[in-house]
Amino acid sequence: MLMLLCLLAFTMIKTSDTSSPVNIKIQPEQETTSRFDHTKFKNAAENEKCFKCHGQSKYTYENPESQKTVTKRMFSELVMNRDVFYVSNHREFKCTDCHSEDYESFPHAGNLRMEAIATCIDCHGGDEKYAKFEFEKIDTAFLASVHSEKHNEDFTCWMCHDAHTYKINARSNENLKETITYDNMICLNCHGDFKNYQLLTDKAKPNILKKHEWLPNQASHFTNVRCIECHAKNEDTLVVAHHVVSKKQAVRKCESCHSQNSILYASLYKYQVSEKIQKEGIIVGLLKGESTSIGPDKSNTLNIISLVIFGLTILIIIIHAVLRIKK
Amino acid sequence: MTNALLCLILIITGLSIQFSNPSTVVKFNAAVTVHNLAGIILTISYGFFFLGNLFTPNGLHYVISVKGFFLRLKKQFLYYTIGIFRKETAPFPVDEDSKFNPLQQVTYVVLMYGFVPFVIVSGWGLLYPEMTLYSVLGISGLDLTDLLHITAGFGISIIMCVHIYFCTIGKNPTSNFKSMINGYHESH
Repeated sequence: MLMLLCLLAFTMIKTSDTSSPVNIKIQPEQETTSRFDHTKFKNAAENEKCFKCHGQSKYTYENPESQKTVTKRMFSELVMNRDVFYVSNHREFKCTDCHSEDYESFPHAGNLRMEAIATCIDCHGGDEKYAKFEFEKIDTAFLASVHSEKHNEDFTCWMCHDAHTYKINARSNENLKETITYDNMICLNCHGDFKNYQLLTDKAKPNILKKHEWLPNQASHFTNVRCIECHAKNEDTLVVAHHVVSKKQAVRKCESCHSQNSILYASLYKYQVSEKIQKEGIIVGLLKGESTSIGPDKSNTLNIISLVIFGLTILIIIIHAVLRIKK
Repeated sequence: MTNALLCLILIITGLSIQFSNPSTVVKFNAAVTVHNLAGIILTISYGFFFLGNLFTPNGLHYVISVKGFFLRLKKQFLYYTIGIFRKETAPFPVDEDSKFNPLQQVTYVVLMYGFVPFVIVSGWGLLYPEMTLYSVLGISGLDLTDLLHITAGFGISIIMCVHIYFCTIGKNPTSNFKSMINGYHESH
């Protein structure tokens, strides 16, 4: 699948003739400290040609005209962290799988900026291997979303899912808190960052904390549920809702989550619940799949136990009272 | 009386929150507000009770005498299960010096020094969730606080049911309800 790569930075270096790139010797910048060895990855050697400039915040090259070694700062949005890329879903890809092979020459040609960037569905659509991820349904839900509706084609998958860093989470991470943080950071990347927010609108960025002042225990809600729980319409077959709705349609009723029919079972806990059902059978799965964190109706097991104890108490009281009256 | 009323309000609103649904008798928002408010008042009320028991002779009613404890407990238990139906007199008559019979005493000690402080502390933890521990033995601190709060609340509810029923064991079924107001009851 494709990557929105670093086009702009490649073209930042001025050259006299971009159509016939001169052979410039690029010296790799000092390697950043890495957590693990990237060389084991399939296309690591090939990708290193790009990472040697785009893997850190500055790069050095020899200018053949001035015969000087020049150090330049890499445009921050075009810096790709190797550690993050090599744990992402697309880690086995070559940069040039998605980007033009013309990027292999330096300086990069200016017209490469115009390179068309594919969307998720272009690669994943209609592919049996990815059928369980329901990309077509995600695409339909996204097209019906307020993001797509308001910004048309300007709003692409990449706005939320950077192909260089995207890592599947809701299906693979057993730590719910991490999934919540990961997913919420996707929203906050624009809604919490003025620069990114204004890429698509001239409106002033709303203050999220102020807008959610009505929400009791705001901090707890922000860390225990995802934005999409209230701001997206759930589709039965999708693990992560993509039909983001307008603020007027957002969930505001406490009982939507804090009730026996909590919407969280159809969203946040959906994957955990369905996985447990698959692994342990419907009864055990449903019992264990229930989380206590949404407040009410914690667990059927406890409800049944408490109901039995309560019932027995009342029964004993009734028997006692009847015997007292009869005697 | 205040405590009993507060407990009743807390149980009703607590159940509404626990089994909330748009069709619940008390609406969720209202139930949460009333529950929080009643919880705060109960904390203050309990503070007075605790200090009162610490500095006045009333606290002596909550001191369990170890000597012959199980024997007294058995005697009272047998009275409730057998003697009461034979119209026997209560084995531990209530007077100013001894406000509770042995079974009552144990129940009240467990209630007032166990369940109630427990439900209060966990309740405050839920009111300010950021104060709760992030994780306790791998379980979410908030979930655990929540579970303990509900368990303690459930314990209080059961005691409350039995308590209300025992109020009917007097000279006549209503006479003991007076004791809920003045704090002293007839023997049973």
